[in-house]
Amino acid sequence: ANLPNQVHRKSVKKGFEFTLMVVGESGLGKSTLINSLFLTDLYPERVIPGAAEKIERTVQIEASTVEIEERGVKLRLTVVDTPGYGDAINSQDCFSTIIAYIDDQFERYLHDESGLNRRHIVDNRVHCCFYFISPLGHGLKPLDVQFMKAIHNKVNVVPVIAKADTLTLRERERLKRRILDEIDEHGIKIYHLPDAESDEDEDFKEQTRILKASIPFAVVGSNQQIEAKGKKVRGRLYPWGVVEVENPEHNDFLKLRTMLITHMQDLQEVTQDLHYENFRSDRLKRGGRLSSHGYVLPLSPAYLRRMQEMIAKMQAQMQNQGEGDGQHV
Amino acid sequence: MHGSKDGEKSHGGDFSYVGIDAILEQMRRKAMKQGFELNLMVVGQSGLGKSTLMNTLFKSKVSRNKSVQSNPEERIPKTVEIKSISHDIEEKGVRMKLTVIDTPGFGDQINNENCWQPIMKFINDQYEAYLQEEININRKKRIPDSRVHCCIYFIPPTGHCLRPLDVEFMRRLSKVVNIVPVIAKADTLTLEERDSFKQTIREELRANGIDVYPQKEFDEDAEDRMINDKIREMIPFAVVGSDQEYQVNGKRLLGRKTKWGTIEVENIAHCEFAYLRDLLIRTHMQNIKDITGSIHYETYRVRRLNESNGHPGALQANGVAAQHEALSHEM
Repeated sequence: ANLPNQVHRKSVKKGFEFTLMVVGESGLGKSTLINSLFLTDLYPERVIPGAAEKIERTVQIEASTVEIEERGVKLRLTVVDTPGYGDAINSQDCFSTIIAYIDDQFERYLHDESGLNRRHIVDNRVHCCFYFISPLGHGLKPLDVQFMKAIHNKVNVVPVIAKADTLTLRERERLKRRILDEIDEHGIKIYHLPDAESDEDEDFKEQTRILKASIPFAVVGSNQQIEAKGKKVRGRLYPWGVVEVENPEHNDFLKLRTMLITHMQDLQEVTQDLHYENFRSDRLKRGGRLSSHGYVLPLSPAYLRRMQEMIAKMQAQMQNQGEGDGQHV
Repeated sequence: MHGSKDGEKSHGGDFSYVGIDAILEQMRRKAMKQGFELNLMVVGQSGLGKSTLMNTLFKSKVSRNKSVQSNPEERIPKTVEIKSISHDIEEKGVRMKLTVIDTPGFGDQINNENCWQPIMKFINDQYEAYLQEEININRKKRIPDSRVHCCIYFIPPTGHCLRPLDVEFMRRLSKVVNIVPVIAKADTLTLEERDSFKQTIREELRANGIDVYPQKEFDEDAEDRMINDKIREMIPFAVVGSDQEYQVNGKRLLGRKTKWGTIEVENIAHCEFAYLRDLLIRTHMQNIKDITGSIHYETYRVRRLNESNGHPGALQANGVAAQHEALSHEM
């Protein structure tokens, strides 16, 4: 009966790893949103290149890691940024670098997993990809469709409508419906939140229902404190009013954050059980050396996985109890 | 403009008043009878509010038919199309034939290389049509003017800087047509972001040698320069368009209503739509047409005539010259 506590204590000591990739055209507020989500500044010395430099550049991969700790729980978060995506006049093949990066992480994990010393396998696989959709268009652009179809079998894709304060409520609803229709039409597989299990409480079930109904999330990010209605809120100040980042009537930021937190474990699981396994079986079918012994070692450590499942459940419950009292990642 | 001053001065004594200034009234009446033509082209990616802005500018549905509620099937065309729609507008007895030239498909593809070519060709074709009519032996009294007087280029409100496509397009087209760049859907930028974005854009335009309207080299005199300098400090105008009215403080205003406030399109504290409208319609419309006629068109004409000097049969009075087809693509 004490085993869950022991496992919990061990994992708290060990900490969690999560890799989030962000993809989208320049100027969609990706960096601001990431900083807002994790209440940190991942890009302290950022220099935004001018148009002339953009002409020369190809898509880069920039990974920043930050350690976040809250209530004794440590999270090693890696954010993989993809500057240059969609900027060029000709964006054909602009994402081959991105695909190569994702595959590379899988390859590395496969190699480590098949090795002899598996004590310190570092999981740098991309667990989730936030894909930023411009709020200006009438739906998905050709590039959006092409990119999502190229990666939906490799990573969990979470489409996000960026800079949602450009839209009125009606425009937002219309855009969401349009995007969902187009995702359907093109057979794009985005990440689906799992239904709440029957033994969860009603609040959690309701929360899951609301989250599922709001996809894709229309978000606004900001780290500026604005005075509004007598209190300080994170938001954006316009001559006609203040957009509050954490006001659910203004945008879906809180929903996105909740989804990410409560499903961090599931995102990792799906990456492991679906995307990674697909990669692995493809890779093995194609052949090639994997370990120094020249043969394929037996599958993933099932015990570790079962332990992770238990931790996940406990983590979720802790988060749910804690949701009421204030901000926390 | 100068006439009225002289008129006032000499009205003091009847014997020194000839009445030359009466010509202004005659010109005005003639212009009212003739009406005005204005051809505006709008260029920008899909979804930047081009049609809405045109409708807002002219307070009527002048853009291509986009029924927003019932028909969401806005298929992005595979190549850039050119769609012209003309409307007759009348206000206080002044008639205007407004033609809005839309360019759906621009910048919407994954590969947008050379997507400016159809636009360039269209503009040159209009110059060619005018030229053909002009060199005709029996030509019309009033040559129908389909030349593009102004091209409004819509910049997406990223808040960062111009995109390579923006630079490429404006660099090429500013040589043949008046370009007025605007920041589209500017309600996504705070005032701070707007100002820094504009500054960056102005610097990039300068760095790339892009001369947008009003071009410095065409300022006629010091007075002109003063007025235009002020405008040049403000471009690109950050605009918001809307064809919906809302009740604000007891008045019905064009705007966009959100949960955190209502954006008033004609309120200069909110956006710069009013400045754009004033520039295009109230103060600089004639100047825009003049520059098109006396500079851009003349440049085209000189080039064409020089070419035809080298090839005696090339420029014919009643036909379309063979050479010009190839040349208009080359830019």
